[in-house]
Amino acid sequence: MNTRFPSWLIKVVALLMTYLIVFALISAGAIDDYVLITMVTICINIILATSLNLITGFTGQFSLGHAGFMAIGAYTTALITMRFPSIWAFLGGVLLGAIIAAIVGFLIGLPTLRLRGDYLAIATLGMAEIIRVLLLNFEFTNGAAGLSGIPRNVDWTWLFVFTAGSVLLISNFLKSIPGRDLIAIREDEIAASSIGINAVRAKTLAFVVGAFFGGLAGGLYSAYFYFIKPDLFGFLKSIDILIIVVLGGLGSLSGSVIAAILLALISTWLQDFPEMRMIIYGLILVVIMVFRPQGLLGDRELSMDTFKRIVPRRRKGTS
Amino acid sequence: MNTTQPILRRVCVGLIAAALGLSLAGCGTNTDPGSNEGTDTIKIGVNYEQSGAVATYGSDSVDGIMMAVDEVNAAGGINGKQVEIVKYDTKSDTAEATTLATKLMVQDKVVAILGPATSGSFMATIPVANQNKVPVVSGSATADKVTVSDSGVQEYAFRTCFNDSFQGTAMANYASKTLDAKSAIIIKDNSSDYAKGLAENFTATFTAHGGTIVGEEAYVAGDTDFNAILTRARGLEFDVVYLPGYYQEAGLIIKAARELGINQPILGPDGFDSPDLLNLGGADALNNVFFTNHYSSLDEDPKVIEFIAAFQAKYSKEPNAFNALGYDTANFVFDAVSRATEANGEAIKDALASTKNFPAVTGTLSVDENHNPIKAIVVIGLENGIQASSEKISS
Repeated sequence: MNTRFPSWLIKVVALLMTYLIVFALISAGAIDDYVLITMVTICINIILATSLNLITGFTGQFSLGHAGFMAIGAYTTALITMRFPSIWAFLGGVLLGAIIAAIVGFLIGLPTLRLRGDYLAIATLGMAEIIRVLLLNFEFTNGAAGLSGIPRNVDWTWLFVFTAGSVLLISNFLKSIPGRDLIAIREDEIAASSIGINAVRAKTLAFVVGAFFGGLAGGLYSAYFYFIKPDLFGFLKSIDILIIVVLGGLGSLSGSVIAAILLALISTWLQDFPEMRMIIYGLILVVIMVFRPQGLLGDRELSMDTFKRIVPRRRKGTS
Repeated sequence: MNTTQPILRRVCVGLIAAALGLSLAGCGTNTDPGSNEGTDTIKIGVNYEQSGAVATYGSDSVDGIMMAVDEVNAAGGINGKQVEIVKYDTKSDTAEATTLATKLMVQDKVVAILGPATSGSFMATIPVANQNKVPVVSGSATADKVTVSDSGVQEYAFRTCFNDSFQGTAMANYASKTLDAKSAIIIKDNSSDYAKGLAENFTATFTAHGGTIVGEEAYVAGDTDFNAILTRARGLEFDVVYLPGYYQEAGLIIKAARELGINQPILGPDGFDSPDLLNLGGADALNNVFFTNHYSSLDEDPKVIEFIAAFQAKYSKEPNAFNALGYDTANFVFDAVSRATEANGEAIKDALASTKNFPAVTGTLSVDENHNPIKAIVVIGLENGIQASSEKISS
């Protein structure tokens, strides 16, 4: 292999190029606010989907509570930045929100992760509902009316740093020993336990890491969209995230990224047909699921290696 | 293995990654936002909830708006220019409302946006409006703080409906002055901010007039059995019942209250305005019931009669308050566009802010310094479940 260009360097260069090109386009005015807001939606969905994929796709724990973690991050960031409107408060708020979400994930994960399949789904659903109802009834969260006038602190730089950072961290976590344990548990929990993997500990870890990034995505959401209320983080939001994960492929991070982009583009394109929008959107989901029940990428990854495989094959074909 | 090939491939990967970012930029265009100078149409955005949880509010408002648009275009447009509507669906999602407001302002270059219908979604579009200098106008965002933030009035946000606290105040005035009530009991929906706000304002005004609140009971939206709270209420002495909440529970409460022998007047907010109130409560129970509303179909004002006739001709149904408010909101904006010095957001904002005595179906309105309308409220009285009396109370 080529030693002058290690793969991490290529990744860094590619990411840096993406960042700089988009940055230049924004500065030049070629990317307007509307395109940017669509990119924000995509990036937040990418973080949500990859973090849920860690729990549901890679560890095999069916969770319907991701919107609850998102709500914790969103409210934490909103409450902090509304009181101290500075970039440091924003960064601290996003981080604190993610940490609180992770702690809640830990507290809820310990007892519930002994459950499996449908039972776990219902338990996590209940957890998200508890979070939503608490937000609805606390004084400091302003109840059902929600919080408005949250300062917008997210720009392209922070968006890129958080999104690329989250995906890289989750992807590296999956390549670590605890990450490999998760996949082993998904494949066969009894076999994994028999070779010395502490299943409950590993699953809880996956839940905590997933919750952390769910909270982080929530923080970005409230720091861009000005307004949050408890209803936004209901059951349907969790389902929306799950749709992206299943559509991209359970157990494929790049699948989640592609599905998040694809669904946002479809939804954007359908904005011009308000009456037919949800019907067409639903139809597209049905068609994709009928023809690709394993999701767009199944459990494979789109990576440098994929391109390495594809490019030479084409070369042989054309020469 | 040839060493140049991997480099080439990796360059490809880099380019594809960059293209991902670029592909999103394809639809950008570059002209001044919020200006329709030099074109022969006036573009106005319609950004309403047409699917999702509160789809009926949005769809009803849009029906009223489209009727106003057809009328103004048939009459030759505004200052000779036809009105062009760009319509989007927020799916009842506040982030989608922000996104679409941005799209309407940045890409479609509308000069003003109507909607969304609910307070939360509407508030989510206001920062975008202030930033792009394009006014947003809602016909039904009634929460108190919509047009005013902690740092002052929201420059580019307007509404054509009164706010929640005004309703509570108006009903308390009606109870003290018209019904001559000295004591009241409040039965409120504890799960909605709307009901809580109404109860607070009713209490404040009612006690200021020398009345006393003898008791306060609460229920939660979705409850169906109210015997416990009504039995407790029956043991108290009071002149009127104030029941802030929506028709789903109010219908059942009124029915149960009448069965228990509570025959005092029952007062309510605009949440009572639904045909389902009659279905749930029954005609026998719905006597001596009064509620505040935006307009009454009994109004003998020629504007109202004309509106109801035209609406029935177009949609073959009775207009409700959302239809009327949508119609008014559209006409309110058209009026401002016709008076604005230029067809851009900033001039239209100034024209909206200086609106005086605009003849709307829901009452003649003027805009105050907080961008709220100064307009009359209607108190509707029910007899056997049918609107039998209506009284306008000016603010």
